Amino acid sequence: METYYHPKDLARFGEIGKEAPELWQKFSEWYAAVFKEGALSEREKALIALAVAHTVQCPYCIDAYTTTSLEKGATPEQMTEAVHVAAAIRGGSSLVHGVQMRNHVDKLSM
Amino acid sequence: MAFPTLLNTRSPLADSAIQRATLAALPLGQTFDECLEAAGHSPLRATGVSVLQLNVGKRCNQACHHCHVDAGPDRTEVMRDDVIEEALRFLEHSGIPTVDITGGAPELHPRFREIVVRARAAGRHVMDRCNLTITRLPNYADLPEFLAEHRVEVVASLPSFAARQTDAQRGAGVFEGSIAALRHFNTLGYGVDGSGLMLNLVTNPVGAFLPGPQHALEADWKRELARRYGIVFNRLYTITNMPISRYLEFLITSGNLQAYMDRLVTAFNPAAVEGLMCRYTLSVGWDGRLYDCDFNQMIDLTTAPDAPQTIFDANVSTLSTRRIVIGPHCFGCTAGAGSSCGGTTANPKSR
Repeated sequence: METYYHPKDLARFGEIGKEAPELWQKFSEWYAAVFKEGALSEREKALIALAVAHTVQCPYCIDAYTTTSLEKGATPEQMTEAVHVAAAIRGGSSLVHGVQMRNHVDKLSM
Repeated sequence: MAFPTLLNTRSPLADSAIQRATLAALPLGQTFDECLEAAGHSPLRATGVSVLQLNVGKRCNQACHHCHVDAGPDRTEVMRDDVIEEALRFLEHSGIPTVDITGGAPELHPRFREIVVRARAAGRHVMDRCNLTITRLPNYADLPEFLAEHRVEVVASLPSFAARQTDAQRGAGVFEGSIAALRHFNTLGYGVDGSGLMLNLVTNPVGAFLPGPQHALEADWKRELARRYGIVFNRLYTITNMPISRYLEFLITSGNLQAYMDRLVTAFNPAAVEGLMCRYTLSVGWDGRLYDCDFNQMIDLTTAPDAPQTIFDANVSTLSTRRIVIGPHCFGCTAGAGSSCGGTTANPKSR
């Protein structure tokens, strides 16, 4: 079935570097450094990535960081809570813009 | 509830030749030997024999989803008397310091306690790979006291400190029984600092992914088992699931086989090769045949043809430098932080 997303394309991520190898190299090194243990543990970073993956709605990222979260020792309960955090921020973000709506209502109304 | 064994369901995978052919047919990019070659370890050889691992049979009161032995209540294979006698004689004469007793549920063997007593009398360190729930059966309720009396190290399987994941892998009700068993061991001093009674836990991933970082998980487990259940233990060992037997069946039926094998190959860690357990372990099957590890045993890969083949012709000096028999499943022991019956074997490459 033709779809825009193919799971096997995730493994082809590196092909994006073919036309701009130096930029890809810089991105790859920076990316690897970001996910190394630092002030945050690798597991915490994986859970953040999982939550962000749901926010940007990237199927590749969701698959990748579901696996990574499990391999870093996160439990399905922790991962589900991370997704709820993403969902809460998305929902809250919509709602808080309601203040802008109210401001504009006030401006237009008598 | 126990899961059915491959043998019981007449699965084609009950035939180890089918398992080996299934793995051999996968396109993996690199062979295990090519990876060893690049790491400067080909051909892989033993560096000694410091652990004699006795697999005393395939009988088990559980039948876990991931079991590499295809063990279960319906299995009848148990180590023969002549094999036990020869293994104990070999142990006494070889100077091998550690005996690792496994199964199935090894305690179900009628001569399990005798093996323990005789190995301890010979001055050997003895490890019992215990599924915990065996101690909840009426005839085995005093097993923890017996093990404590003989100062046996207990290596107990528990995939998760959460009931749902544990029962998903090991069968309904296993978690509750395992917690009760751990509390029993704790009351005897097992896992308690200063007691000298070692209680180590083993966790395998509940699914098609690699285990988490052992040191971080151990801290989590100690905190959570203490907080939730008041349980203490010594070490947590993370073990990668080997793509054989019932776990292989799971990988095939869930559509994860190729991706899992690709993951193992991609995560090959040269630093894990040095500490591979096959290099210091000799595995003895219920019928006396010799293997480089318990995984090779379950897919009928006996020791190399120029090495002793049975416990009856075992020679420790020859076995100490034998060539190790390898296959695609071996990637399971070199992925990430490495894996063995004693947990991780290396610092991770990229985890």
